[in-house]
Amino acid sequence: MHLERRAQTSRALQLAAPLIAIAFTLAVSSLLVLWAGAPVGQAYALLIEGGFGSRFAWGETLTRATPLILTGLAAAVAFRARLFNIGAEGQLYVGALAAVAVGGLHGGSGFELSPWLLFPLMMVAAALAGALLLLGPALMKSRLGVDEVVTTLLLNFIVLLFVSMMLDGPMKDPTAMGWPQSVALQDALQLGKLIERSRVHTGLLGALVLAVLLWALLKFTTTGFQIRAVGANARASAFAGMPVGWVTVKVALLSGALAGLAGAIEVAGRTGYLTLDMSPGYGYSGIVIAMLAALNPLGVVAAAIFVAGILVGADSMSRAVNVPTYIADVIVSVSLLSMLVATLFAQYRVVFNRRASHAG
Amino acid sequence: MTPALALTGITKRFGSLVANDAISLTLAQGEVLALLGENGAGKSTLVSILFGHYRADEGTVEVFGQPLPPGQPKAALAAGIGMVHQHFTLADNLSVLDNVLLGTEPLWLPFSRRREARAALVDTAQRFGLQVDPDARVAELSVGERQRVEILKALVSVGQRKGARILILDEPTAVLTPAEAESLFATLQQLVAQGLGVIFISHKLDEVLRVSHRIAVLRGGKLVATLPAAEADKAMLAELMVGRRVEMPRREPDAAVPQAEVCTLRGATVRGANGRAVLDGVSLSLHAGEIVAIAGVAGNGQQALAELLFGLRELDAGELMLQGRAMPARASAWMQAGVARIPEDRHAVGVVGDLPVWENAVLERFATPAFSKLGVIKRGAARQHAQSLIERYDVRGTQSAGVDTPTRALSGGNMQKLILGRALMADGEKAPVLIVADQPTWGLDIGAVAYVHRQLLDACAKGSAVLLISEDLDEIFALADRIAVMHHGHLSEAKPAAQWTLTDIGLAMTGEAVHAP
Repeated sequence: MHLERRAQTSRALQLAAPLIAIAFTLAVSSLLVLWAGAPVGQAYALLIEGGFGSRFAWGETLTRATPLILTGLAAAVAFRARLFNIGAEGQLYVGALAAVAVGGLHGGSGFELSPWLLFPLMMVAAALAGALLLLGPALMKSRLGVDEVVTTLLLNFIVLLFVSMMLDGPMKDPTAMGWPQSVALQDALQLGKLIERSRVHTGLLGALVLAVLLWALLKFTTTGFQIRAVGANARASAFAGMPVGWVTVKVALLSGALAGLAGAIEVAGRTGYLTLDMSPGYGYSGIVIAMLAALNPLGVVAAAIFVAGILVGADSMSRAVNVPTYIADVIVSVSLLSMLVATLFAQYRVVFNRRASHAG
Repeated sequence: MTPALALTGITKRFGSLVANDAISLTLAQGEVLALLGENGAGKSTLVSILFGHYRADEGTVEVFGQPLPPGQPKAALAAGIGMVHQHFTLADNLSVLDNVLLGTEPLWLPFSRRREARAALVDTAQRFGLQVDPDARVAELSVGERQRVEILKALVSVGQRKGARILILDEPTAVLTPAEAESLFATLQQLVAQGLGVIFISHKLDEVLRVSHRIAVLRGGKLVATLPAAEADKAMLAELMVGRRVEMPRREPDAAVPQAEVCTLRGATVRGANGRAVLDGVSLSLHAGEIVAIAGVAGNGQQALAELLFGLRELDAGELMLQGRAMPARASAWMQAGVARIPEDRHAVGVVGDLPVWENAVLERFATPAFSKLGVIKRGAARQHAQSLIERYDVRGTQSAGVDTPTRALSGGNMQKLILGRALMADGEKAPVLIVADQPTWGLDIGAVAYVHRQLLDACAKGSAVLLISEDLDEIFALADRIAVMHHGHLSEAKPAAQWTLTDIGLAMTGEAVHAP
């Protein structure tokens, strides 16, 4: 028995693969729900209800989806070029830190600059901080062949400790009763509400616009062509005259900037100040989301909303039927694995009793 | 007399494809049977059925009158069928004896039976006249010697009780120099003299005629002819193989008119990662309207030479000029200067398999004004270009999805046509200044080979300088005006083709003549 590549994957199969994967995921997760002693049907109904079943649920889900879209895009563009950026979590935090640093200049007053100037500055600083954080690993990869998975992953821990140091030291808000948190952004620098009586902020619009822009970049531009070609076959791309190292660096800057923006938008849209528990692993979830979306920027939006809905819904289900919220992590993880297997089967077929793949 | 091997009505289908269609064959003891056919003709499938890798849909296999249970490699081994694969399956860091032991011995024995194994090895080697030192490390052996070890391994490890009786060799000369091939043919004579039956798989007509007693020709899964080698000739076999007459284009002798020098290498030296020179003081001069071929066994520096002229590698010493200019080691600069490039490995280097045909058609030039504006790809123009390339260079296999077909779905020949078209159409109707073709027909079937050869000859007639790097001496003699031989990074003088004999080239390929003044 072995796998044989399909010459072409049909549209129907491409669409069916994620649906089958989700069905399989729910089936597997239901075993755990049963084990926790809750009725499966009711638990899933509550989960879906809690994630997507009401105005409030949608508000929470979209709020949660906003940073996930951005980190998902960061992972998707990097993975397209085979730059395995596992460091979106760290890039998100340096982005947030840069945002509160710029926004909170001069004791929170920002030198009395107009918010019209200060807000873009804040976002640029965040994007730059994220981009620069990934630049090192990208250069080390393209120049020295250092594995970027290791360097970006380890940088996450360094960044978190650095942020912790800043929040406990120079950037600590003196009025926060000793809590390690930054000075809050002035109201003019915070993002407005997108939907009344919810926490959904205009950052969602920003994330959606960036998703469309990234999709167009990959599909229509020479840069996008280079990214796809280098990711699919770096040797052939180099042969055809593409600057493979420079493409890797460009992708790194783009990916890091997106993750950095995720941090800044989260601060400006939701929390208003930076704490160390701002992100429950949005950077890592971004990887899952990118894979679920098959690295397609528009798919990232859908995948981010799906994951956010599961996370939000699991919270409310857990309160109602006493299944631990960790079920959400299980569902998201299993869905990733089954998605990967489903994609594999969409691209390959299983062949029994054959060793060689060619008849000749 | 019972034949050593009898295949009766073997049919194997893969979906709608009939890979073997009611094939019946016999192999006598002491006979060399050549299995001749193009890629995809069904040779490998047939052998895989024989060896138990596949199970035939219909038909039977008998070894000395005993039916062979289908789909069991172990049964094939026990019946005395040995196989030598095209690509060696030896562990370089082990000795010859260890390699023979490997995979022969049951893994659950507490001790390895080295003494018995050594005795069996020495005994078999003596019986068949295969000279090999059992304690030599495989890494230190030449390619020809390694193949001898493979054959020995097959002979020792199969049918241990009865001994090997049938040996299958899959494209055994693909990696050998002419001299090593000669010595393999001598070995085969000794094997059959001992009563072994040999199946020799090949698509090279000369050696099939030279070595076999009978020839079975497969085409499109069918056995189209079985004939004694004495009654066959090359033209007839080629026609049987392809199903129609194939005109192999040839360079007319004296067709080259001396024209302007296009590219010059003087003392070109390139060092590998370990500091050793992979290209050592190579000098060569290429002229417009002339085909120069580089002969040699793979791995003697041809790759470095090709990469130099592809613009992918830096010179460590010496001089490289294209039309009187020193060139930077940047692929785009070489393409802009009008160099058409055909890489050796079409799958890994020539195309990006996951991208569609149209994107690969403009892979080298997507950023030029013809195909992009302000950083946005002109999809219409690019697809149009790909479509005309497909039509002009007869790229097949794109019926269903057109230019959106994923490139990896193309066959090797069609992929090569795409690469050829991409390189030759780069500058409109203008012939390229220089064409660097690294093993351009490797693994292609005769029809595609003839096509590639014709394109190279046409371009040359239009004034391109052509550098052909090849391991196939037939190809070299058919096309080249001048021939140089590469060995251990050294390049011999490029002499007119008429001044070389096959023996000279064979000697030069093993380094005998290259260093002589």
